Amino acid sequence: MKKVFILSGLFVTLFLFSYLVVAATKPPGVGGVLPELILSVPPKPEHQKYLGLAGEGRFIIPQIKAEVVLLEIFSMYCPHCQNNAQIVNEFYRTIENNRNLKEKIKLIGIGAGNSSFEVDVFRKKYNIEFPLFPDGDYSIHKIVGEVRTPYFIGVKIGEGGAHSIFYSKLGGIENPDNFLSLILQLSGL
Amino acid sequence: MNRYLKILMVLVITPLFLSTYAFGLSEAFKDNIYNPGELKPIDSILKVKVGEKAPAFTLPSVSGEKISLNQFKGKKHVVISFVPAAWTPVCSDQWPGYNIVKDIFDKNNAILLGITVDNIPTLFAWTKQMGKLWFPVLSDFWPHGKVAEMFGVLRSDGVSERTLFIIDKEGILRYAHVSDINIRPDLQDIVKELEKLSSQ
Repeated sequence: MKKVFILSGLFVTLFLFSYLVVAATKPPGVGGVLPELILSVPPKPEHQKYLGLAGEGRFIIPQIKAEVVLLEIFSMYCPHCQNNAQIVNEFYRTIENNRNLKEKIKLIGIGAGNSSFEVDVFRKKYNIEFPLFPDGDYSIHKIVGEVRTPYFIGVKIGEGGAHSIFYSKLGGIENPDNFLSLILQLSGL
Repeated sequence: MNRYLKILMVLVITPLFLSTYAFGLSEAFKDNIYNPGELKPIDSILKVKVGEKAPAFTLPSVSGEKISLNQFKGKKHVVISFVPAAWTPVCSDQWPGYNIVKDIFDKNNAILLGITVDNIPTLFAWTKQMGKLWFPVLSDFWPHGKVAEMFGVLRSDGVSERTLFIIDKEGILRYAHVSDINIRPDLQDIVKELEKLSSQ
């Protein structure tokens, strides 16, 4: 009887622990590391090339070939994300048009609660060139603390998968140039 | 033994219900969303059948005009999106998505009608947060929920189900889907059905 109770207690503890890990209550903080966000390698060759990934399978953010990765948590159902989409595109193009920065800074979007179809609708509607990933079951959204949208997380990538968060904030981009200056300043690029 | 098993089950199952659906997450709605919590998924019985004539109705819209189902007869397919209530999480996270896909509706010769049982002033304030909506938003407030009741989607607490109906140009109901009230239906479902209808 005692053995059953101890085993049960152990199981419950493990379950609660894993639940708490999966459903973070706070967004990832500056100075910390990203929780493990596992994404599928995008099917489009241009997106694979952009991220420095190849083939099929899954990857984590620190595997992206870049010095800085910016994640936008968005939703096609979010009016602010819709309104901000063109400014985010401008920000992306500003980086891509800068020879010194285009290999160093990469931008990705994660559609909280959005299926592949919905993410694709958003991508086509706003002619988004950088990779967008679906998160139809909110699993990633839960890991990043169920943030409101749009939400940007900036990650500085180091050697061997080492990384740290230098930006984690709710709200869209107001001015692409100012935002880029801020990202450069905070990341130390 | 049974006692320990019961305790174990409670401890394991309880956290599952602590998980909330993360809707209404746009910053556009900020602190203005009332979260009613997890609700009974479906709380009504449909009174309409696919393949039969849809009930006719006329309702006031936020823009001031009255909209009748009949006015689209012979012209456009009609998609009706009933959402339960203004200023609630999932509902606030549904129509803004439809607002960016007018082209899909146009391409399939369809119009979207958004309906809730809220009154016009409430709908006016709520939909204003979504930007300028291209589709009419109708109030089924008075007689309260009469149209929702005709379709069989009025819940026992006076709000409607989260429902999608597609009515063809001849006024025949071609698609009816009552979602779990806590979950937003995937946009792809509407698009698939509209494309099916267009190809016929």
